[in-house]
Amino acid sequence: MAFSNEQLERYSRHIILKEVGAKGQNKLLSSSVLIIGAGGLGAPAAMYLAAAGVGTVGIADADEVELSNLQRQIIHSTEDLGKAKVQSAKEIIERMNPDVKVNTYRIFVDSSNIADLIKDYDFIIDGTDNFPAKFLINDACVMAGKPFCHAGIIRFKGQLMTYVPGKGPCYRCIFKNPPPKDAVPTCKQAGVIGAMGGVIGSLQAMEAIKYLLGVGELLTGYLLTYDALTMEFRKIKLPSETKGCAVCGENPTITELIDYEQSECDGVSL
Amino acid sequence: MKITVAGVKKEFDDGLTVAKLVNLEKVETPQYVTVTINDEFVESGAFENTILKDGDEVEFLYFMGGGR
Ligand SMILES: [Zn+2]
Repeated sequence: MAFSNEQLERYSRHIILKEVGAKGQNKLLSSSVLIIGAGGLGAPAAMYLAAAGVGTVGIADADEVELSNLQRQIIHSTEDLGKAKVQSAKEIIERMNPDVKVNTYRIFVDSSNIADLIKDYDFIIDGTDNFPAKFLINDACVMAGKPFCHAGIIRFKGQLMTYVPGKGPCYRCIFKNPPPKDAVPTCKQAGVIGAMGGVIGSLQAMEAIKYLLGVGELLTGYLLTYDALTMEFRKIKLPSETKGCAVCGENPTITELIDYEQSECDGVSL
Repeated sequence: MKITVAGVKKEFDDGLTVAKLVNLEKVETPQYVTVTINDEFVESGAFENTILKDGDEVEFLYFMGGGR
């Protein structure tokens, strides 16, 4: 695909990089990334991917924009209150970059729709705020052979890891099952620094871009943790033994997707 | 003996179990933490019976559920 003069200028800082070049930029323009959850993580991830010229960005989220979202979900504005998050996100992305096709899915992602949702995407970003969704995304991506980037944020801490089929452990290799309802704080009472979504969501976008370009080393086999109070990043090596995993192992016992029970305060955007 | 816990080398008495270490390190929601020793998982039911040895590298992996 030949670039227009406008594209040459828009993506000039990419094209000048030896790891990207015209070839890499073309790859991005013909790639697709699905972001599940248009919130603290999904907002910055979607914005950087769109600005980078990822040609198709899918956004799935059932919720409307609420005032308590605006402290961190920077893709939404005060004037968007009450609007569907996917709509508000789509409008911003279209203003940012007309090269990007935005697909919106105003749905709660569950076992009945996730396989269909992810099937046409090259990479998936988990921007959800609850364990049932995180396990569902993991299992669906493992079963469909799709790469994805998991992340979680709470208070002043965040973490992320990337799953690529056959290249390392999945989320369930580390965390066998979701914790019981409300056993581990996930909800609005725990709080989170808004910029945490910016840090970790941007790192998820970075993983997606590296995967699409085929450059560098991904967080496969590693969990990256970030503590903002001590300003420490740690890249923790994960066990490479995945044979016994219930979903990605040699003899999986989980062969169908599971809808775990949501905690009381899930559904309220963190 | 010396054990590296979450990247920090620390001195402990011999015979330390994973369960005791989880306690000493004041791990939040200890029943839901994933523990690795030298890049291998410790089964969640085996914390009491797993005895650490000099030079071990221990990591605690925590559930982090937020994101939206
Ligand atoms: Zn696995």
